[in-house]
Amino acid sequence: MNHWYMLTLTGADRPGIVAKVTQALYEHGMNLGEASMLRLGGNFTIMMMVSGELEAEALEEALQPVARSLGLSLHVDEMEGGLHRHLVPNIMVRVSGADRAGIVARVTGVLADAGFNILDLESDVAGSPDKPVYLMQIAGIASVPLETLEAALAPLRKEGIEVNLSPVETLVG
Amino acid sequence: MEPLPILTIPDERLKQVSEPVERFDDELRRFVEQLEITRRHGPAAVGIAAPQVGRFQRICIVDCSITRKPVPNHGHLVLINPEITHWEGYEVGREGCLSVPDYTGNVIRATQIRLRAFDEQGEEHEYEMEGFEARAVQHEIDHLDGILFIDRVVSRRTDLFRRKVYK
Repeated sequence: MNHWYMLTLTGADRPGIVAKVTQALYEHGMNLGEASMLRLGGNFTIMMMVSGELEAEALEEALQPVARSLGLSLHVDEMEGGLHRHLVPNIMVRVSGADRAGIVARVTGVLADAGFNILDLESDVAGSPDKPVYLMQIAGIASVPLETLEAALAPLRKEGIEVNLSPVETLVG
Repeated sequence: MEPLPILTIPDERLKQVSEPVERFDDELRRFVEQLEITRRHGPAAVGIAAPQVGRFQRICIVDCSITRKPVPNHGHLVLINPEITHWEGYEVGREGCLSVPDYTGNVIRATQIRLRAFDEQGEEHEYEMEGFEARAVQHEIDHLDGILFIDRVVSRRTDLFRRKVYK
């Protein structure tokens, strides 16, 4: 098996980015693995696992023309790891509150101290420019009971940060 | 009795629509027993449907009495020719499937259902279900219609947007 690379591409959003990038990868015989692609603040961002014959440098060279033509910055890292290493979250944390410095650090700091492993974090700013509201959803694995995390997060509520926890029971059928 | 082999994607047979059961006989009951053994054999499945083992009849088993955190449930249920007669509400929840190894995703399902089904003796029952158990039944009945949860997975952001609009 060839090794995996982590490809990072970002730039102003426009239609056709995914099609052109993946076409170039296909033409160079590269395979795709797991990927996260989304629009952040008017930019399109791609984090994608790819594997194939090409060395890191050759891969970068192969993609540079399409990246340049789309105005994307490109970064290639060799990575350890591979497919089929999914972990299943058991807790979902939802946070919202007036946007202010430190809100993410406060919440994730408490979670980290409790040994909570974040698998997936999405954050966004809603509301309006003069009244921004910070929203965050975190899926992860807690090794302590939900009630313990709940107690650890309680002090944050006094500061006007809305945090709620819910168990994630994955249905297998 | 040995567990039956499970069909996994991309097996086209998983898309087949299953036929109603017409004869409630010993052969059917033996199959139900074998299906149950197969459900228990895998990793903690709360449900299984006949087409997952290559029998295209409207038969499934649901048992939500085994969850990590207890949920409202009717115990071990054999559901034959099941029909959902009423839906209400919806929520997003995480699902996986014996036929889709190493993948889980978020799916929107009704939170409350009324269900009519026969058991393996041919007796008709009606159930009112909510939450996790209602989700399990919807997941299994989908199998009977050739639908997998991956056909219904919603994007990461859908959850939030839906909540905003309807809650």
